[in-house]
Amino acid sequence: MADTISEPSQSETSAERSQKLEGIGCKRKRVEDIRFTQGHGNYVDDVKLPGMLFGDFARSPYAHARIKHINKESALKVPGVLAVLTAEDLIPLNLHYMPTLAGDVQAVLAHEKVLFQNQEVAFIVARDRYAAADGVEALEVEYEELEPLLNALKALDDDAPVLRDDLAGKTEGAHGPREHHNHIFTWSAGDEAATQEAFDKADVVIEEYLAHPRVHPCPLETCGSVADMNPITGQLTLWGTFQAPHVVRTVAALITNIPEHKIRVISPDIGGGFGNKVGVYPGYVMSVVASIVLKKPVKWIEDRMENLSTTAFARDYHITAELAATKEGKVIGMRSHVFADHGAFDACADPSKYPAGMYHICTGSYDIPTAFCSVKGVYTNKAPGGVSYRCSFRVTEAVYTIERAMDLLAQKLDMDPAELRQKNLIQPEQFPYTSAFGWEYDSGDYPTAMAKTLEAVDYKKLRQQQAQMVEDFKAGTSREIMGVGLSFFTEVVGAGPSKNCDILGINMFDSCEIRVHPTGAAIARLGVKSQGQGHETTFAQILASETGLPADMITIEEGDTDTAPYGLGTYGSRSTPVAGAAAARAGRKIKHKAQLIASHLLEVHHDDLEWDVDGFAIKGMPDKRRSMKEIAWAAYNNLPKGMEPGLEAVDYYDPPNFTFPYGAYLCVLRIDVDTGVYSVDRFYALDDCGTRINPMIIEGQIHGGLTEAFAVAMGQLIDFDETGNILGASLMDFFLPTAVETPKWETDHTEVPSPHHPIGAKGVGESPHVGGVPAFSNAVNDAFRAFGGVHTHMPHTHSNIWNYARSLGMIDS
Amino acid sequence: MAKTLIQLTVNGEPHEVAVNPRDLLIHTLRETLGLTGAHIGCDTSHCGACTIDIDGQSSKSCTMFAVQANGSNITTIEGMAGADGTLHVLQEAFREMHGLQCGFCTPGMIMRAHRLLEENPTPTEEEIRIGISGNLCRCTGYQNIVKAIQHASETLTSNVEA
Repeated sequence: MADTISEPSQSETSAERSQKLEGIGCKRKRVEDIRFTQGHGNYVDDVKLPGMLFGDFARSPYAHARIKHINKESALKVPGVLAVLTAEDLIPLNLHYMPTLAGDVQAVLAHEKVLFQNQEVAFIVARDRYAAADGVEALEVEYEELEPLLNALKALDDDAPVLRDDLAGKTEGAHGPREHHNHIFTWSAGDEAATQEAFDKADVVIEEYLAHPRVHPCPLETCGSVADMNPITGQLTLWGTFQAPHVVRTVAALITNIPEHKIRVISPDIGGGFGNKVGVYPGYVMSVVASIVLKKPVKWIEDRMENLSTTAFARDYHITAELAATKEGKVIGMRSHVFADHGAFDACADPSKYPAGMYHICTGSYDIPTAFCSVKGVYTNKAPGGVSYRCSFRVTEAVYTIERAMDLLAQKLDMDPAELRQKNLIQPEQFPYTSAFGWEYDSGDYPTAMAKTLEAVDYKKLRQQQAQMVEDFKAGTSREIMGVGLSFFTEVVGAGPSKNCDILGINMFDSCEIRVHPTGAAIARLGVKSQGQGHETTFAQILASETGLPADMITIEEGDTDTAPYGLGTYGSRSTPVAGAAAARAGRKIKHKAQLIASHLLEVHHDDLEWDVDGFAIKGMPDKRRSMKEIAWAAYNNLPKGMEPGLEAVDYYDPPNFTFPYGAYLCVLRIDVDTGVYSVDRFYALDDCGTRINPMIIEGQIHGGLTEAFAVAMGQLIDFDETGNILGASLMDFFLPTAVETPKWETDHTEVPSPHHPIGAKGVGESPHVGGVPAFSNAVNDAFRAFGGVHTHMPHTHSNIWNYARSLGMIDS
Repeated sequence: MAKTLIQLTVNGEPHEVAVNPRDLLIHTLRETLGLTGAHIGCDTSHCGACTIDIDGQSSKSCTMFAVQANGSNITTIEGMAGADGTLHVLQEAFREMHGLQCGFCTPGMIMRAHRLLEENPTPTEEEIRIGISGNLCRCTGYQNIVKAIQHASETLTSNVEA
């Protein structure tokens, strides 16, 4: 019998079969919604254990200061407060610092110095959350203020303040030599010399500084954990908001010396992640420490201010983008230098080999022969993080760079931005295409996606309307202008192949284990963890198509390290590309064994069987068949001689390559110049995520990602004043769009399957964010193109837009 | 701290609860009564994840003391389905129209939608968008939430007509 595991599935070709099984391609209603709509989700703050205590942090009011004295007694005398833990208590356990995913260390509780505002200084454990908050309020800490460093571009100045005393004399970092006390790494990719040559011989070059400001993923549920160390058995159970529960367990084992089999990590339902819940935070560690010390379960839950100001910022890239082109508009070289503000500790969540993530996807969707990029990571007095906010590692930054740069080049060449893109798109016959940075783009039909988009929006007409509005504005008959923003993005997702990707030495495979019970019902467990993506629904669809068992008979379970196979978790659009592939392959193993059982039951050679909707029939005799339900029963009582009983399979999948979802987005907006108020008239998003498992869920993902892109481009900012006070750490200040501001989304698609993925799926959840941010920013900038505008930075708030119009002399003042 | 005894009717069931004067209603519901459907998302009444219905008004239970609710009639998401387990039209509509993803805002969103439709059974899209603007969702982009509320409105109206 041929190896059916690596063969592409024929099963999804039959739409009718899919409908019957609720398999791949169906708009299956979500399984999760039954409990969520009734208020019966189980999120971490819903976990309640007998005798559970509550922990809360006393935090630094300063961005940079020396801790002179902590008076624990001041908090200990508060009624209900049971313990006050500081760095001094952690030093004997060697837990005052913890390793970060980026090869640095991060203070669990500040030792001697604080390095950002709201840094964790002491952990106060009390009988309930009110008493804990009283303890925080009462704790007396004496500080000596130090000069803060807030501007990343000045971090490497000779006279810049020294932030990390603990790294004194350390000239080698996790990613090469350190050249300065605030320097973390310098990383580069591409061919510098060849790129310089391209720039030397170019007819036209552009160079622009593009800020990608600090923002925050801000899921509606904040981070939290409940630790329960059983002093009798030595068993630790840890519930928490973990996008990657297995990694958390391994890290916990490494830093606490509790053996890994004595640690059970459970991610219950997660109220949105968007990258915020990838990292390991001091709160998680302190709930564990406190449970060990006090021999009781301890809960820690962030409030919103703590969430926005301490766990997981995103972006903060200071980008220089350069393109070299011929006068006809063929791009011949691309270059980018970045100053990356990593905050006080390098806690970025990237595969270990890539300190700047996948930033080197920044040649985008274009056939650019030479390119070079370099990223310098520096310390500042801001919170650590650097997570991928709804994107694969730094892909949003990369796509922003190339998509703004293409618009700037079009402007310089006095060419239409769509035309310039069409001239440079990678052509279908060039796939598999190796980019100047060495990525092997596996598949795509870019010109079709672009043409479909331009046609859908009647692009030519839009440009005519825009020209008319420019004319009216210049004639003084209107005060409104119009912008058309295009982006054609390519992502690199599905981390990832073990040759490229590991986290702390663990390769970034993923897994699925399936058990079919005697009655033909099944449970499948995976190494990833849904945070709203609907895995319980879609992975059952994949397995239904692959095994012939109806989706409703398959329970999907994730997030419990005691039961789920090891996997690297959900982020970077990796669930479908990696765990989804493992599910398909595990399903094929089930089918393979089922075929052998069916051949035994029907007393024919297995080659004489054919696969129908939900079982095997003798070829040419459709009535002579055994359903999967019958086969499952037989797996427990009537097997071919020598075959192992049961019907189970497990698959660990190390993908051969990344996947490369792409799309073409177009935003039309109008701006009232005198107020800076804009309205988004239209947003059209065409995506190609390969095989579409559940079109309803895909559309939902696109809507959500576009809304987050809108938020980032038009309003989100984590800013600081000159002394390092964080501005924007509550929902009063940090922009989360409501239903009123959020534009209406039009979605569309093409479908070019990934050739190396078992079912051809590429991942979709992050595309709309990655492609949406530059589409919005290009639209705002495009509106000012006819008025001498070149580039204005995000966020494009009403006041920033108004100020920009003023700076261009469009408003009399 | 001396506790105060308060009377609440929650989802039709009377409760007598001893609370501290500073206890927030959301904590009383979640931790004392075990009704964890309403969530805490922001502590500042911006996000609406804690929205419940108090005496016929949408209320954000994270910025209200439990003692302020003394004597009131409260409906939470747990009280929306029928006694026989039949889902409320809005619960069905949210599932039907894919009006939720992570589920964290959903209980508050459905409770708000419920009150909105009680006040205005046939809202326009704009009225729905304004009506739910005190409830934030990070996952859906609202488009399918709006559709779900429209769908529920149509179902409820046609039920009445029938």
